[in-house]
Amino acid sequence: MDMIGAQLVNGLSYGMMLFVITCGLALVFGILGVLNLAHGSLYMIGAYVTYSITVNSAQNFWMALIIAPIVVAILAFIIEMTLLRATYHLGHLSQVLLTFGLAYIFHDIAAIIWGSNVLSVALPPSLAGTTVLFDQSFPTYRLVVIGIGFLLAAGLWYVQEKTRWGAIIRAGLSDKEMISALGVNIKLVFTVVFVIGGFLAGLGGVIAAPVLGLYPIMEFQTLILALVVLVIGGLGSISGTFTAAILIGLVETFSKYLVPELSLFFVYGLMAVVLVVKPNGLLGKKVAA
Amino acid sequence: MQSTSNSDDKADASGSSSETIKIGALLPSSGVYASLGKNLSQGMELYFDEINWEVEGKKIEIINEDSEADPQVSLRKARKMIDQDQVDILTGTVSTAVAYAIRDEVDSKKIPFLVSHAGGNDLTRSQRSDYIWRSSFSSWQIGHSMGEWAYKNVGHKIYVTAADYAFGKEVSAAFKEAYTAAGGEIVGEVYPPLGNNDYSSYLTTIGGAEADAVYAFFAGSDAVRFVQQYEQYGLKEKMPLIGSGWLVSEDLRESQGNAPEGILASTFWDYNINTDENKAFTAAFEKKYGARPTLEALEGYDAARIIAEAAASLGGDVSDPDQVVEAFSNVTFASPRGEFKFDKDTHHVIQDMYITKTQLVNGKTENEVIETIEQVQDPGK
Repeated sequence: MDMIGAQLVNGLSYGMMLFVITCGLALVFGILGVLNLAHGSLYMIGAYVTYSITVNSAQNFWMALIIAPIVVAILAFIIEMTLLRATYHLGHLSQVLLTFGLAYIFHDIAAIIWGSNVLSVALPPSLAGTTVLFDQSFPTYRLVVIGIGFLLAAGLWYVQEKTRWGAIIRAGLSDKEMISALGVNIKLVFTVVFVIGGFLAGLGGVIAAPVLGLYPIMEFQTLILALVVLVIGGLGSISGTFTAAILIGLVETFSKYLVPELSLFFVYGLMAVVLVVKPNGLLGKKVAA
Repeated sequence: MQSTSNSDDKADASGSSSETIKIGALLPSSGVYASLGKNLSQGMELYFDEINWEVEGKKIEIINEDSEADPQVSLRKARKMIDQDQVDILTGTVSTAVAYAIRDEVDSKKIPFLVSHAGGNDLTRSQRSDYIWRSSFSSWQIGHSMGEWAYKNVGHKIYVTAADYAFGKEVSAAFKEAYTAAGGEIVGEVYPPLGNNDYSSYLTTIGGAEADAVYAFFAGSDAVRFVQQYEQYGLKEKMPLIGSGWLVSEDLRESQGNAPEGILASTFWDYNINTDENKAFTAAFEKKYGARPTLEALEGYDAARIIAEAAASLGGDVSDPDQVVEAFSNVTFASPRGEFKFDKDTHHVIQDMYITKTQLVNGKTENEVIETIEQVQDPGK
């Protein structure tokens, strides 16, 4: 019984980490309709900035928690203003090509600045300990990640459902022309949403770096994971992303525990089944193409 | 450093009697294995620097091609080096899949191929070729050398985990073979996928097993995560971790923090081998590159030396591939890793293997050699 409980904690923690990594991508796709394939790269830059800030003192992790997402948000701002804005009327294909190209450029830039060695991020002593649950030792940070995931989900839900900004964003999603006619600057809304998406990608980089580490091609691995979560959860739905992240976390953890040879199969199998049974994802809205 | 061709000078009557010895180096300079490829190149260049890029009056020239660790790409580039650049000797390949992919090409065109890293067993077993010689290691040597030692010194029940790909499976199979032959019992096995990012589930499973120790084969970013998470999940206090040198390699330990302390590993070279040859090598490397050499740098350094010594024994004339491989087979020298010689039957290196223990020295981890297993010879089948 203890073993099941312990794996439950593992799965929840992994799922929450997936949510923190994916929520920025889900937000941008849901509201802008832009599938940002550079999301993994923004995540990677968040992680590398964290590395640079913490390399001399693990205590700086708290600083990185604020600075790295802001750095990535600024980068997202520049991308939106200079490149992405011009593609809104061109449709998905241009955006996919643009962001995928950016991913390769960021890959090389990161290799030039930080090299191709494997790096890791150390945690401050207050987060680095172990906690005993179900008679098993857990890294305290894994439990912290669970808390961060819930907080972030609650925060995003509150902003989207309960504030004026959230109302404008939701309105912009259903009818761009009408909301412009009502005097809302829709261009500004798009910029702000993309910048928030960048901020969240950077935050994902900070949160995940101490667990997943830094290495070449990390951004593409992360992108694939994030896309799987996005597809299973349903495009454009934060609650769907949240549910899917937890589900994948649990499925992957328990399949590794029960049938380790087939663990990868289970996650992608789950995706295939969801796509067949519910093509819009678990909690997806119908997205107008 | 010589890097570009200067074939325009001299009367190039035939490629064979030219004034240069052309070495084709097929190493990855992009992708996941880029840092290994770079270290191998640095090792080779360091040795050739020491002999002024010259053997018996002939200039040494390296032609580099990026293997991209991709078998198809590599085959194309190997052909280009053989047909267009007319290299005399081929060396390199980090990936065993790449070595297998170009095996038939070098065999049929009779190009001496000195394998300087790729460790797949079959390359000097069922896929053996007259023209392929390997100076690095085989998976078997890595895994097998730890088996008997672990039974005598670590414990009688072991849990085995390794990355789920050919190399990880071969190394762990060789370990199990030697360990069970000595009388040990394997109480469980699990094989996480290569490039796995979170070991929490596996570690919880392993933590529930009744074992005296855990044998693990992971390399690169997998090794950093596994070793760190092994400590974070409190397993380090319960069961000692043993494995191969890649678990605690020179370029990873800084990223691993103090987590690798106490790990026992088997390898064929370590920074702290206490011999004059090794001290000279590590000092020269640090002087030139400002960083410690890795195992791969040593492999490059030795490969360069083998090529140079073989060429020297032929008076610098490397035009006849059969003579070159014959010369390879006779090369012996005191390498930084210990006595170096080839097994003439298998074309694979016979070498000392070392058991290292990772210790904390002045707040940083160091591998200390605690045992030498002499003259480990791959069975060749």
